[in-house]
Amino acid sequence: MTVDGILRQCYGALPQDDVGLVWCSLREAMAILVDENTKVIVQGITGSHGSFHARQMVQYGTKILAGVTPGKGGQDFDGIPVFNTMGEAVAKTGANASVLYVPAQFAKDAILEAADSGVELIVCITEGIPALDMVRVLKQLENKGIRLIGPNCPGIITPEATKIGIMPGYIHKRGCVGVVSRSGTLTYEAVWQMTTRGLGQSTVIGIGGDAILGTSFVDCLELFEKDAETAAIVMIGEIGGAAEETAAEFIRKNVRKPVVAFVSGSTAPSGKRMGHAGAIISGGSGTAREKVARLRETGVRVVDSPARIGETVVRTLG
Amino acid sequence: MNIHEYQAKDLFRKYGLNAAPGRVFQKNSLSVQEISKIGPPPFVVKAQIHAGGRGKAGGIQIVDAADAAFGVAKKMLGTKLKTYQTAGVAKPVDWVLIEAAREIKKELYVALTLDREAALPCAICSESGGVEIEQVARETPEKVFRGHFGVDKALTSETFRSFVLNFFSDHGKNSDRLRDQLSDLISKIARLFVELDASLVEVNPLGLLADDSLVPIDAKINFDDSALFRHPEVARLRDASQEDERENEAKRFDLSYVGLEGNIGCMVNGAGLAMATMDIVKLDGGEPANFLDVGGGASKEKVAAAFKIILKDPRVKAILVNIFGGIMRCDVLAEGIVAAQKEIKLKVPLIVRLEGTNVEKGREILKRSKIQIISAETFEEAAQRAVEAVR
Repeated sequence: MTVDGILRQCYGALPQDDVGLVWCSLREAMAILVDENTKVIVQGITGSHGSFHARQMVQYGTKILAGVTPGKGGQDFDGIPVFNTMGEAVAKTGANASVLYVPAQFAKDAILEAADSGVELIVCITEGIPALDMVRVLKQLENKGIRLIGPNCPGIITPEATKIGIMPGYIHKRGCVGVVSRSGTLTYEAVWQMTTRGLGQSTVIGIGGDAILGTSFVDCLELFEKDAETAAIVMIGEIGGAAEETAAEFIRKNVRKPVVAFVSGSTAPSGKRMGHAGAIISGGSGTAREKVARLRETGVRVVDSPARIGETVVRTLG
Repeated sequence: MNIHEYQAKDLFRKYGLNAAPGRVFQKNSLSVQEISKIGPPPFVVKAQIHAGGRGKAGGIQIVDAADAAFGVAKKMLGTKLKTYQTAGVAKPVDWVLIEAAREIKKELYVALTLDREAALPCAICSESGGVEIEQVARETPEKVFRGHFGVDKALTSETFRSFVLNFFSDHGKNSDRLRDQLSDLISKIARLFVELDASLVEVNPLGLLADDSLVPIDAKINFDDSALFRHPEVARLRDASQEDERENEAKRFDLSYVGLEGNIGCMVNGAGLAMATMDIVKLDGGEPANFLDVGGGASKEKVAAAFKIILKDPRVKAILVNIFGGIMRCDVLAEGIVAAQKEIKLKVPLIVRLEGTNVEKGREILKRSKIQIISAETFEEAAQRAVEAVR
């Protein structure tokens, strides 16, 4: 849920100026996109991943209002009601976000179902979704005002408030660093480096490792730049595509907060696919060297060693 | 997934494209008589491997008689071919494609791929095709046209007409007819791209022949591995002999593996962390033997399979396991290592760094197993220990 959304719900009747005042006082406590008021539905809650991570999320304090598994409506999962459809789940519980753990071949329809149900945020954890399915999904989501994070991503967490995804909760700590990453586990690594140095995070978003993604670096950089709680941004990229180059251009024009970055895959052999659909370099474009150069030109502190992300942020914030 | 040129041309024919008359032969089916049936000479003999750069490596030869084609093909079959695109590995030539060679007036370039930033498929066309297309794109980008197309729209010749408006401007009164022919050809390739979930279709060169017809001279198609489940007819075209044996072994267990040249075997979860692990090993002066991502949600069996692939690699002098559990649980990882090690004895130093979901359980399982382990607290320490171990 966005700051504006919450305010509209809580203070819809206030005159414009007062909304402004409330906004200033409230936003101090805001991270981006999700917080303790985010009400979540788990799509695929009865599957092995879905059930494991639903429990982990509940344990972290995430408000899980419902689960959806077609054909299992009416069941109960640890006291969480299970519905057959997203439409039903939203209507009965008033949830405003969903997280997907459904198998890849059903993911397109599940995302579209979520989009039609009225939730504002969809987090797609599923990996291995056909690229053209995602092309179709993004086309359908155009101009609907729905934020899709992923697919093939670890999700999003606002530490000590809510975790929507698969990241281990305990490695996070609430603080002032916004983290955005194309990787999953490498993000945990970066976060852990910060937390063990006493530095917390405002919100951590894994945008996913696939070629076609719902949310980009630029989307997140824009939100972090505007977020009062975020004082510095960590961006973790990887070889393939041009997302880092596009982000560099955006940072040059729009970001005043310090940015620390790492680009993985500088030693990957060219033309080889390194697991992520995104992590493929061919020819001269999409290489780590080019990405690092473009980011450095704009004043971003790019670290050569992935083990130095944490200490570099600490130094940057002085 | 890649397929051979002859398979790509068969698919082209199915989608209504012209392709030169030709036949594909294996060692035991090759005969002068069968070659003669293709048409009148000259012939072009093309080694079928999953890589470009065949011409410069001697894998494409033009001959002026059927018996000469037979001789060249016979020599090629059963050999291995290395080109600048095979990453140092020679690929077996089990098939040759023999086609009627045609006089080519002009070489064009057509490719369809996915534009990640636009989240749409994209056609790339140029009138300056042939081997130098990358140079053309770099030095004279205005000679390369790029245009997007939707996936659920009608993909007709009309859809692509605007893509080729400036093509064939020096062909006088023939220009219009040639443009129609080219946009029709692109529309057919686009239908193939969308219907079969391709990730790349490349025709380079696309030949303009003396009779003004357009014919794919070479053809390359890559498919989206994630979509193969709905295209069994495409999945059947796979030729495993063209792929790295270790990579194939890994694929059977749904692992992502890439063989490299070094001696530090790496087992990591997540592609980003796996690449970063390779990066840090190199920064510390070591050489990774592989990229291996055990993926999210790996089972004990999958981890064991992954560990065994590394154990079997004779070049590996130390193993670095770097796991940051999220969807992957550290206890499952530990059980997998213990299981694999029971089958294949561990003879090299094993460096383990575990963090994340169920980390305590994982450490406990490894401790109880009595496997000799060098444990590391941090990512950096793990890499340093591994590099020290192979020195």
